[in-house]
Amino acid sequence: MSPRIVYIAFNTFREAVRDRVLYNLIAFALLLSGAAIFVGQISIDIERLVVVNLGLTAVSLFGIVIAIFIGIGLVSKEIEKRTLYTVLSRPVRRWEFIVGKFFGLAGTLVVNTFFMAIGVFGALLYVVHKFSKPDALILVALYFIVLEFLIICSLALLFSSFSSPLLSAVFAFSLFVIGSFADDLRGFAAMAHGLTRWVATGAAYLVPNFSALNVISAVAHQQPVSGQLILNNTLYAMFYTAMALSGAVLIFERRNLK
Amino acid sequence: MTATRRTTVISATCLAVSMSACVLLLRHIDQIRPKATIEDVLYLNSPTTIKRASVGFDGLMACIYWTRTVQYFGHRHFDRAHTYNELAPLLEITTTLDPHMLPAYQFGASFLAPKPPAGAGEPVRAIHLMEYGIANNPNNWRLYYDLGFVYYTELKDYRNAAEVFERGSKVPDAHPFMKIMAAQMAAHAGDFETARMLWSATYDSSSEENIRQNAVEHLRAIRVDEDVTNLETLAKTFEERTGRTPSSIAELATAAHLRGIPVDPDGDAYQIAPDGRVLVHDPDDFPFITKGLPPGYKPGPPKFHAQR
Repeated sequence: MSPRIVYIAFNTFREAVRDRVLYNLIAFALLLSGAAIFVGQISIDIERLVVVNLGLTAVSLFGIVIAIFIGIGLVSKEIEKRTLYTVLSRPVRRWEFIVGKFFGLAGTLVVNTFFMAIGVFGALLYVVHKFSKPDALILVALYFIVLEFLIICSLALLFSSFSSPLLSAVFAFSLFVIGSFADDLRGFAAMAHGLTRWVATGAAYLVPNFSALNVISAVAHQQPVSGQLILNNTLYAMFYTAMALSGAVLIFERRNLK
Repeated sequence: MTATRRTTVISATCLAVSMSACVLLLRHIDQIRPKATIEDVLYLNSPTTIKRASVGFDGLMACIYWTRTVQYFGHRHFDRAHTYNELAPLLEITTTLDPHMLPAYQFGASFLAPKPPAGAGEPVRAIHLMEYGIANNPNNWRLYYDLGFVYYTELKDYRNAAEVFERGSKVPDAHPFMKIMAAQMAAHAGDFETARMLWSATYDSSSEENIRQNAVEHLRAIRVDEDVTNLETLAKTFEERTGRTPSSIAELATAAHLRGIPVDPDGDAYQIAPDGRVLVHDPDDFPFITKGLPPGYKPGPPKFHAQR
């Protein structure tokens, strides 16, 4: 990787930390410790389920919110503050700027997820007192969540490269919701006929398939996740991210910054 | 005091006072409003819609709905309510959101099946719930056990109970007593001994404190029912022999050559009514007894005893 990309990525990470993004960890810790302590008192026999479901859902939602709201400002903020011109006046290519920003945001989310994962396992240990082998499946769910973040980051950057921050946020969040229903969309496409079928099938393959990346319920019930799914999801996330980043680079390369 | 400091102190005081006033007012409003109807309302009652609205996080949503179910049942049970209109829909939503959430089936059936005020008095819906649970978790023998239990205790449908226990006994790793239950249902379904066996098995096979406490209460009730049945038989024999009912439990014990005064599981002596019926000292101590209750008895709030 070019040292310029690393430098931009590092600075993006540093800026996110300076923007107090990691403060969300406090809210996360309070949420999880509260759930671990209180759910046992107000419900029956689902302490472990709640900690895993709530923990992983919170990791996912917190990360998605961070990915969208930081991702949409990565390009527009630099233009607004005119810092982009300083960066691009140096020997930095536009694509390097986009890729560096992506890795910076992805790095922020990975660090954030790492600390949240510690919180999830800590709360789980508090509830179950002893880890069992199937608890390792939580790591697979966390890995899939990180893959989700990569896709969302790349989409936020893509929208940010040509649209205003507000619209970028709306587009990215809408795609997240639609992507969660990707399986239904595919089912709808299969039932349609004629042109509708073509359009629906196209849309179903174009939107990110977040439903395949969501194994939270399965791991909460200690159901195994196949190695095949892990491999396919990894490849899918990599290709989808590459696709969205390529789109962002293509648009940004041609964007008139004057 | 500087102007800035004065502003800080005044605004902080104002904030604290306003917050306290809000809390006090809300508490007062809660008291003057009729008992909140919110628990009787399901704004969204379609399980499929709720599943869609959960945007993939249906596991967490199921946990929330299960907790809501427990709270709903707990409040109404404590109030000795005779209607549990939202219980079945809440359970349906919970299990649609997460078909593998076993506590929702196991406890849900025991909430739905018993007659009010112990439960919702909907054994058929409890059976539907359990069948849905078995369809989604076919290798869990406990679900067959709980379903057989509903057939046995609430519907006295011993044939179906035997059939369900038999089905459950074929599940891999099923507890050996499933086979015994199936045979027992066919031969001695109505016996106290069979009932005792079922509840003892429930107690022994569960690690969940609430289930074990419930089993203890039922075992205590079975002992009382059996004692009262036996004592009333003795009282009838006494009456046939002497032409009058025994004046006290002590007189009956002496006449029937019993070893001491018969006592209930709490150690209190049984009593004899003038018409010869045997009564327990305090029926509130035995929430599940069907015999030994004074005429017109209205049960108080449920109370559980320590395991014994």
